[in-house]
Parts: sequence; C-alpha cells; structure tokens
Amino acid sequence: MSSYLEATARERLQRLFDAGSVEEFLPPAARVVSPHLGQLNAPVAFDDGVAVGRALLDGLPVYAAAQEGGFMGGAVGEVHGAKLVGLLRRAVVEKANAVVLLLETGGVRLHEANAGLIAVSEVMRAVLDARAAGIPVVALVGGSNGCFGGMGIVARCTNAVVMSEEGRLAMSGPEVIETAAGVEEFDARDRALVWRTTGGKHRYLMGDCQAIVADSIAAFRQGAIDAIAACRGEPVELTLEALEQEQAMLAERIARFGGLADPLEVWAAMGVVQPAAIPMMEADVFAEAARCHRLGGR
Amino acid sequence: MDWKAVAKALFPLGHAIAEQDDFLSGSAHTKAGSIAVVGTTGHAPIGVEIALAQARFILATLRAHPGRPILIMVDTQGQRLRHRDEMLGINSYMAHLGKCVELARRKGHKVIGLVYDQALSGGFITSGLMADACYALPEATIRVMGLPAMARITKVPEERLVELAASNPVFAPGPENYLRMGGLEEIWSGDLAVKLEQALAAQHAGDTRSALGQARGGRKLAQPVIEAIVAGRNDLAA
Repeated sequence: MSSYLEATARERLQRLFDAGSVEEFLPPAARVVSPHLGQLNAPVAFDDGVAVGRALLDGLPVYAAAQEGGFMGGAVGEVHGAKLVGLLRRAVVEKANAVVLLLETGGVRLHEANAGLIAVSEVMRAVLDARAAGIPVVALVGGSNGCFGGMGIVARCTNAVVMSEEGRLAMSGPEVIETAAGVEEFDARDRALVWRTTGGKHRYLMGDCQAIVADSIAAFRQGAIDAIAACRGEPVELTLEALEQEQAMLAERIARFGGLADPLEVWAAMGVVQPAAIPMMEADVFAEAARCHRLGGR
Repeated sequence: MDWKAVAKALFPLGHAIAEQDDFLSGSAHTKAGSIAVVGTTGHAPIGVEIALAQARFILATLRAHPGRPILIMVDTQGQRLRHRDEMLGINSYMAHLGKCVELARRKGHKVIGLVYDQALSGGFITSGLMADACYALPEATIRVMGLPAMARITKVPEERLVELAASNPVFAPGPENYLRMGGLEEIWSGDLAVKLEQALAAQHAGDTRSALGQARGGRKLAQPVIEAIVAGRNDLAA
C-alpha cells in the first residue's frame, strides 16, 4: 500500500488517477518559473511547485491539480496561483465533470508576499466560480506540509474535503502562533497537541472535512470518487439555505466548545466514549466510532 | 483612521452604523439609495466570533434586503493567532464569510471593499478581496506580514527586504503596490461620497485582477499563465 503522505505531487497524480491518463497543462518543459524568487537568490522550479492538468478518475474525465510540498512547502506564488486559476477556469470553459485539488501548502509564499496573497484570493474566487458553473470541486489533504493559511480557507470553499489522520488543515501554523503569542498559547513542539488540533480526526469530528481515509493513495482515490458521487443530487453551487445551515453549525461550535481548552475536551463534550483512545484508532474504526458524534455540514 | 470620520465623509446623507467589540454593521444613505455596511475597526484580529458576526450580517441582508449594495470596511491585523481559534476551525469561519460575500454577489448585490486603515492576510482575503472591487484610502497599509517576521521565515535578511520594498511592489506594504498588482481597483482621494457613488455605478464582469495586474505592470506573469492554460497552449504568449 503506497503512502499518500510520502509521495510527491506527480506520484500522487500518476497513482491516484487511472493509469497513464494524466495530461499536464503547462508542464515543467514549458519552464514557466517565478519572476520573483531570483532577486532573493532563492531557487526556482520549472513547475513553480504545482502540477495541473486533466485525467481519468475511474473512467470519469476530471481536472486536477497537485501541489508539491517539496518546493517551498507548496506555497502559492504568482505563477503557482495562476496555474490553479487557469485550471479552474478551463474546467468551467470545458464543462468539466469535477475538479480534484491535491492540496499540500503553507499558504501564501512569503517570498512573493503581495502577489501571493492576491493569487490565493483569485484561487478562492475561481473555486467558487467553478461551483457556480455546476462543477464539483473536491480537496484532498494528506501531505506532510498540511494545508494552511489562505489555502486552508480555499479548501473549505470546495464541495468536500477528504483527509487522512496524518493530514493537517488549519489557518495559522503552530509555529506562527507560538512566535506571536508565546509557547503557553500553543506549544508547536507538542506534536500530539498539534495533531489533535489540526489533524484529520479532529477536523472530521468538527465537520471541517467530509471524509477521513487511511494514508494510502488508493484510499484517497476512493475518497475522491465517493466525494464526487456525493455531489450528485444536491446543489453544487452556494445556496442561501446551505450557508444559513453552515452559519448555525459554526455558531453551535462556539456555543458548545468555545469554552474548552483542548480537543480531548471537545471530543468528550461530543459524547465520544473514550476520547483518549481516538488518536490511536485506525481510520476505518475511527470513522465508525465518530459517525454518530461528529458535527454535520460542509 | 477613525471609522466615524470615514463614514461621515462617505455618507453625507447620514448613516446608522454601530460599533460593537470592533465589529461594524448597519446601513447608510447614498444618492443611489440605501447601502448595507459591514466591517471591523481597531485593527481587529479576526477570530471566529467576528468572522461569524460579519457573515451573519451579510446573510441577514440577503434575506431582508435583496439586491441592496454592501460596503465592507476593512481594518484588521489579520486572523487571530490563538490555539482556541484553530481548535474551533477558524479557516472554516473565514471561508464561510468569504462564501457569504460570494453568494451576495451571485444574488445581485453589488459588493465594494474599502481598506480605510489596515489590511492583513487572512482578514483581507475573506473581506475586501472578495468584493467586486476593492478600494483603499491613500494612508492605508496592506500587507501579508511585517518585514521583520517575513525575514525570519524566508531567511532573507531584513535589510534586503527593506531595500526590495522600496522598488518592488511584491514586498512593499503600501496600497499603490496592490493597485499595480490589480488587487485594488483604485485609491480614493478627494470627495469620498463621489468615489463611492462611482463605485456603486461601475460594472464588474468577473474577477479581472490578473488582467489589471498585467496592464499596470505589477504582476506580469499571472494573466499570461492563466490565458495559456485556458487556451490549451504550453507556452506563454509573447
């Protein structure tokens, strides 16, 4: 069973989609590199850290992107962001069946600060434009760099997020919070706390991701297939009713858990019988145990 | 910059904007009719509560006043940096706010952003940057992160970043750089009420920021990359 966590972006694309079906747009051979990194003497990559293209998923033609955590943590610069926007817009033009985003990113690439921030904003708008065109967008989060910053927001603008336990989804990284607010606020070296707070199991229980899978490319593949199938028969686009439900769900979270200090307390408050046992559970056992306790909604 | 002074200049016909815990909301009168106003003040850190309060106001506006234009007044130090916010899933709260702004646009509400003081990172991406068009006052500060912190994370010496910030719109915090990169439509000076009227009357077709950034020379590659991919070309147009 090949690990999703340990694979590179292109390995994930090749193994997650049907064999031999991936066609990359603006591939590394095109050598479109960041126009900003050179002046900082930082290395460039011929794909600017993201591969975009189309592929077959269980026979279904879809559009896909995979961020490469090995290049600047998958962070979004001008070209990287534009590739994602171009992919999403092409998906709209060609009336794609779905878009699958394999996210692994620290968010805005600070080396391209302002350009990166606008780029992430454009990606966010492009995801919502695709949904408005009736195209389901699914995010997969299971890379070792997690999915943080503005891209943590983008992930939650999609129709569904699929995570592994090892995946992390959040806004500010623990190191950033520790630097800004002190080690007593968030000890970034306390790995168990970091995983409890940002990891897939907590996100699944909180309703921030819609599926949790084992750390294998095959499991993510099935997760993506199921997530796209689940989008049929319900509105793909934003609706007032769905956002009012989300509003209520997010308000309920603050009301029920806003006074608690640790995810273990949150899980106990949800009615999970043995919260301390949660971190040790296998994904399928956990998903079964969590199902009746987790918050719903998207 | 005091939001009350800005509101007075924007709305000479009067307004009913209330401030509560750095959260601004209410309505105001313009020559073109009533407008909903939402935003933050006091360089507010955007935590889960204030993100949700803004979203709630926007959803209520969609229900009660279909089609009413919405002005987002931006003054934030960015997302709140707390373990509690992360535990509660702050990215979901911010995404929710952004989605509410998007739905307002889809339902025919004109949405205008105005950075009247400070805009940073996550607090900006889900507010002003989600508007049909975002504007700023000349004294506004817009950035992702301060240069000292950026130097720590990128391992580029701060002196080098300060030097780059002087000439390169990618690093400098001023609104004129966001203008050049297409992130801002215009920097407002003079009669703010007139500027607002013009913004309310302007037509916006989709997200044109990458094209603006190319035309203004601040982001030269974003638009060509997008165009190449949409056109199915594997090279950028010369």
